[in-house]
Amino acid sequence: MKKPRINYGMQGLRSEKEKYSIFSLARNAFTHHENWAQAWKSPEPKTEYDIIIIGGGGHGLATAYYLASQHGIKNVAVIDKGWLGGGNTGRNTTIIRSNYMWDESAGIYEHSLKLWENLSQELNFNTMFSQRGVLTLAHTEHELKEMNRRVEAIRLNGIDSDVLNPAQIKKLVPIIDINPNLRYPVMGGFIQRRGGTARHDAVAWGYARAADSLGVDIIQNCEVTGFNIEKGKVTGVETTKGSIKAGKVGCVVAGHAGVLAGLAGFRLPIDSRPLQALVSEPIKPILDTVIMSNSVHMYVSQSDKGEMVFGAGADSYNSYAQKGSLNIIEGMLAAAVELFPIFSRLRMLRSWGGIVDTCPDASPIISKTPVDNLYFNCGWGTGGFKATPGSGHVFADLIARDEPNSIAAPFTLNRFVSGYLIDEHGAAGVAH
Amino acid sequence: MLYIKCPWCGYRDDAEFHYGGEAHIKRPFDADSLSDEEFSEYLFQKSNTKGLTLERWVHTSGCRKWFNVLRNTVTNEIIEVYPSNQLPHSKAGKEYYKSNWRRQSATERFTILQAEK
Repeated sequence: MKKPRINYGMQGLRSEKEKYSIFSLARNAFTHHENWAQAWKSPEPKTEYDIIIIGGGGHGLATAYYLASQHGIKNVAVIDKGWLGGGNTGRNTTIIRSNYMWDESAGIYEHSLKLWENLSQELNFNTMFSQRGVLTLAHTEHELKEMNRRVEAIRLNGIDSDVLNPAQIKKLVPIIDINPNLRYPVMGGFIQRRGGTARHDAVAWGYARAADSLGVDIIQNCEVTGFNIEKGKVTGVETTKGSIKAGKVGCVVAGHAGVLAGLAGFRLPIDSRPLQALVSEPIKPILDTVIMSNSVHMYVSQSDKGEMVFGAGADSYNSYAQKGSLNIIEGMLAAAVELFPIFSRLRMLRSWGGIVDTCPDASPIISKTPVDNLYFNCGWGTGGFKATPGSGHVFADLIARDEPNSIAAPFTLNRFVSGYLIDEHGAAGVAH
Repeated sequence: MLYIKCPWCGYRDDAEFHYGGEAHIKRPFDADSLSDEEFSEYLFQKSNTKGLTLERWVHTSGCRKWFNVLRNTVTNEIIEVYPSNQLPHSKAGKEYYKSNWRRQSATERFTILQAEK
């Protein structure tokens, strides 16, 4: 009996010819790789779209992809003031996990992690998703006790989570120093083995290519300068490439969410702050787990190129300058060297900053707004990358049906009036 | 790295300071009389401006005194440093203070109304 052909990765592609595979690689080798089809077009904007998504980062492109693939709405444009994935999508430390304490957070981050697990197949694009495990360290007795309590809460939501003692941590991460005389000794930790990393650019490119194949227009270098609003309902956007009409508008612009909300005439409970990351020179593989520490505020993983990727905390002050203060990096590196003495002579190659949209309760906003047919997806703060597929998935659902599904429902703007906050500051596993 | 001029201690790195958020937010006198929307506006809504902003800083690792700063959030340029019980003196600072939505917000109107009574 003939096996039915499972068409993973073909939803987003118009023809078999466009599919990336070992065969297409071999076929293109004959023409010296000069005839690869363009991954996405760069069209001029049409005068009207059913839906416009502002922001061509991972979340925006994922939203457009799911609108086209799940809801059959293909007359969609994604517009970005710069280039695809040039904002926080290309600036984060690519950590993916779903071990959040509150049920609402567990709902959306686990939804996202499940989509990650099949994303490369679905998009026919290698996102280099690697479930290498995310280990969060505890450095005080109190932190360890709280961690045990949190691990039970996470397990009750069906999310894998294990507490490890220092000896187990040493076995898993041989380069870590578990000497109890350290300033912040390693007293234990908890691990989500399904967590890991992915290639951030590939996520944006994969979604862009799949969305483009379904008919979505991806328009770069086109900045939104205003909204056209009639009788409390959005009818289009003004851009640097002229005005574009739209039935609905979804806004996924991270750090600039407050600026766009201002253009639409309402306010958000969001502060935009710089968050920094840096990478070292490439070295041989020495770390195959993601290590995070809440107390000393450091997180580190090793990229496939061999670079150590470090993340620090957000700066305390509001800024749109895409750079942060050096003392944040100094503090983080001091902690990294104490935990991993082998890093002491590692040279750092690059550091950069992204502007993150932090919410008072460190949870996102996926919501309708005071303007009809205008939707905002923002407030992901320091941890939006891990949520890229899930965020796009539920946001597409919200835009298509004009009402949030059960995963997105807790994350409305109205929670700042009702007081039903989802306070993830302490519970998220890393300070924000 | 911001280089902030503390009115008492002079120029120091921002690592010595703590950020106090937006300046000149008035707490409503009688919060019980405000609706949830109005109180939410006072408590949660942010100016978060791209450009000029008035903000509070405290010199935690120095004199531990609070003061206000007029800063551009795009360039990080500090335009004015002034005492926390005063309004900005520079032209740009005065203009920003007047145009800020908080001066017309429900909580601000309410506070002024109560003060007049």
